[in-house]
Amino acid sequence: MSEPRPRVGLFVTCLVDLFRPTVGFAAVKLLEAAGCTVEVPADQTCCGQPAYNSGDNRDARAIAEGVITAFQDHDYVVAPSGSCAGMLKHHYPALFADDPAWEERARAFAAKVHELVSFLTDVRGLTEVESSFAGAVTYHDSCSGLRELGVRQQPRALLRSIDGVKLEEMDNRDACCGFGGTFCVKYPDISSAIVGRKSAAIKATGADTLLAGDLGCLLNMAGKLSREGATIDVRHVAEVLADMHDAAPAIGKPESGSR
Amino acid sequence: MDVRTPHFKDNARGAMADASLQEALTHIRRGFIDKRARAVDALPEFEALRDSSKAIKDHTLAHLDLYLEAFIERAEAAGSVVHIAETAADARDTIIGICREAGAKRITKGKSMISEEIDLNTHLAEAGFVPVETDLGEYIVQLRNETPSHIIAPAVHVTRDRIEQDFREKHRGLDPDRDLSDPKELLAEARTMLRGEYLAADVGLTGANFLIAETGSSVIVTNEGNGDLTQTLAPVHIVLASLDKLVPTLEDASQILRLLGRSATGQDMTVYTTFSTGPRRADDPDGPAACHVVILDNGRSSMLGTDYQDMLRCIRCGACMNHCPVYHEIGGHAYGWVYPGPMGAVLTPALVGVDQGGHLPNASTLCGRCEEVCPMKIPLPGMMRSWRRDEFERHLSPATVRWGLGVWAFFARRPRLYQAATRLAMRILGNLGARRGHLRRLPLAGGWTAERDLPAPAGATFQEQWAERERRR
Amino acid sequence: MSAREAVLKRIRMSLKVTDDENRKRTVAARLTEPPRGVIPARSQVDHDKRIALFVAMAEKAAATTERLASTDAIPQAVARYLRDRNLPAAIRHGDDPILSALTWDGTQLRVGHGAAADSDTAALSRATVGIAETGSLVLLSGRDNPTTLNFMPEAHIVVLRASDIVGDLETAWGRLRHIAGRGRLPRNVNLITGPSRSGDIQQTMLMGAHGPRDLHILVVG
Repeated sequence: MSEPRPRVGLFVTCLVDLFRPTVGFAAVKLLEAAGCTVEVPADQTCCGQPAYNSGDNRDARAIAEGVITAFQDHDYVVAPSGSCAGMLKHHYPALFADDPAWEERARAFAAKVHELVSFLTDVRGLTEVESSFAGAVTYHDSCSGLRELGVRQQPRALLRSIDGVKLEEMDNRDACCGFGGTFCVKYPDISSAIVGRKSAAIKATGADTLLAGDLGCLLNMAGKLSREGATIDVRHVAEVLADMHDAAPAIGKPESGSR
Repeated sequence: MDVRTPHFKDNARGAMADASLQEALTHIRRGFIDKRARAVDALPEFEALRDSSKAIKDHTLAHLDLYLEAFIERAEAAGSVVHIAETAADARDTIIGICREAGAKRITKGKSMISEEIDLNTHLAEAGFVPVETDLGEYIVQLRNETPSHIIAPAVHVTRDRIEQDFREKHRGLDPDRDLSDPKELLAEARTMLRGEYLAADVGLTGANFLIAETGSSVIVTNEGNGDLTQTLAPVHIVLASLDKLVPTLEDASQILRLLGRSATGQDMTVYTTFSTGPRRADDPDGPAACHVVILDNGRSSMLGTDYQDMLRCIRCGACMNHCPVYHEIGGHAYGWVYPGPMGAVLTPALVGVDQGGHLPNASTLCGRCEEVCPMKIPLPGMMRSWRRDEFERHLSPATVRWGLGVWAFFARRPRLYQAATRLAMRILGNLGARRGHLRRLPLAGGWTAERDLPAPAGATFQEQWAERERRR
Repeated sequence: MSAREAVLKRIRMSLKVTDDENRKRTVAARLTEPPRGVIPARSQVDHDKRIALFVAMAEKAAATTERLASTDAIPQAVARYLRDRNLPAAIRHGDDPILSALTWDGTQLRVGHGAAADSDTAALSRATVGIAETGSLVLLSGRDNPTTLNFMPEAHIVVLRASDIVGDLETAWGRLRHIAGRGRLPRNVNLITGPSRSGDIQQTMLMGAHGPRDLHILVVG
């Protein structure tokens, strides 16, 4: 006897949509393997953080209304990003503090929202994955996932279930990478100094792959490592968990052979 | 003190290029974090104490008028003279008046951030007095003609070599052949210099970590004992404290004390915690003959009932800045006013105006580590967002930012247009970066690409590929 | 309007409250019956464990301790301590009844009385209470134990009766209220946890800043 397959709406996130579609496909593969029916509503763009974190609550709210409406029929809303999931889950209801009807909708919506990896482990009970990935990896705890959603052990537990993976923790692993969304645009030199410290900690582990659950952080760290000439591969953790590390070159790297 | 916060970007750039500052900051990047973590892990009740302390301060703030009245009544009953100062200028005038009346010349000072907030030393000197800082860090900063760069470690930006250099320049009579390479020797030299100052002082001024309504007491917390010598040896003791230092009872202060040392320096208890109530009693053989308590408002009462009220729970432990990635890179002076780090990023706009302090709540990654370690559970990132909102609503954010945001939001609110536009943009970007897999330079993103590459997009967006896949199914 | 009235008025305006009787009762109740709050469990132990905890915590804070069977042993313990530390054979203390009753004849120490002078090298005080939770001493200002003795000399020796060791700070406040009366405190209540130190040079703790370099606790009984 099988339970009905839950209907999951994938919140792709704007960065995955634009920069790294592989992560989206990896998420779909993992969710389907975990017994879910996955749909990708076309009426989604971004979670609204650029507006929200710039103080533009009016636009953030308009975007939130669109997202809530687009996912109203799904059992769950899952995002391959702690940052965007945190926005949907914790900040959407606050945007509607002066509108009880919408606040109620936002709360009901927020209750369905999960970050991808913690959804797989905590909601779907996944304890191991099949992946041919092999190598020493280090895992960066992205701030929103870590502090707003408590994502810490879940990705590590799944990574440890892969035979070929050796996990090397970096020094100061819960320190920010300096991305900060609009912060890296408004204060690029401070952002760059922070990610410089992070890249040193990453390199010191000797790992050959850096993983994390948020594409913003990954683009930032990959960009710094690339500029420093480091050879370390940078990937979203979903790519490794879904055994899709061959589907695309590592972040910021060319198709093999064309370097 | 001039507000240099509008020049934050230049200040920060200068700080990051300052090799000596960067060397000094290495001590804050690790030491404080590890020590706090060990102390917190060793106390199973730490989280429960955070909740109870937050509740105490919330209760106090909700009844602040009544606790202030109670404090005044008890302090006066114990023989203190209580002065309420609405503004920085009022507080300075009050203090200068007390010093004049006492016929004072030399004024020793324990550590007080409120003294920095009202720029007291400058005004005391202008009025003909000689203020002498006695906390070692504050003393070093005063010798260098600087301001503190950290609320509990004022000289954290100064290396040992620089301190030796300052002592050799400023301490007359210091034997040039004396070996000061051991930090202990520097400490001994400062101890000798300052012992004479305590004994010569006409007025001793301290800050306060708490004002206790139940007893009319002020409380200072120090490791050096400088605050105690300051307030015990001078004939007049002035306590300078802000309104938000009030707590109801000795028990309430005790709850918060369990968090303070652990959050600040990783100590279970700071060495000297001193409760002072009124001047010396009739048959006391020592202590000051007079005690004045100056309580400063300076905008705090107007923060009550606003989005920023929670900031008044702050106990000035410094944990937020010790854990802040931005503070770690730029140190405290770059923030441009008295209070640095995350607590400064929230408090500065409240006290000097968001038009002047607006950079600070923006210059944060909102990583949330400050809120995580704040013993008083102050939602610092949330309040930084509130300042950004206030700034945006008052049209104080830069025009380019508003314009960029407006264009982006226009598309983000219209998924079909958005997808058409991004599809095109990503195709162009993807082609530009296809060979290397990343872009080394990009117009309009010069800040990003100055010191890092931009990984190139795949070319076709996920939505585009997904639609294609669904069509094929 | 005075500054006091102006600030009170602004607080009430911001909070949107008045000084009504309900609020006043709430505040009066808390001031007369202070809630104890969260007390760390490790301090809630029996007498012997409490003394052991006090000693362990005081030593963690870099104080030294010594257990004496009775107050009679204090003079010799003080003399021995000063000799071992190569400190001058001189001590000063206040009018505390326990300290005043000591006989120093056998020690060859020079014994001074009253508040500290800058030339003093060592002082002897009696703590009213010891707090096991943190290894802290509670000293009260006054003729018995002048405050300057706690801070001016290089070495501070403090007598603490074992029976005066309580588990936590809150219990100490209960004792002080019993001594001084509710809502009243002497000019200074000094909680002292280890000897003076500073972390202001390169964030490394160095002992002996402005106060005593050494704190020695004689636990008696």
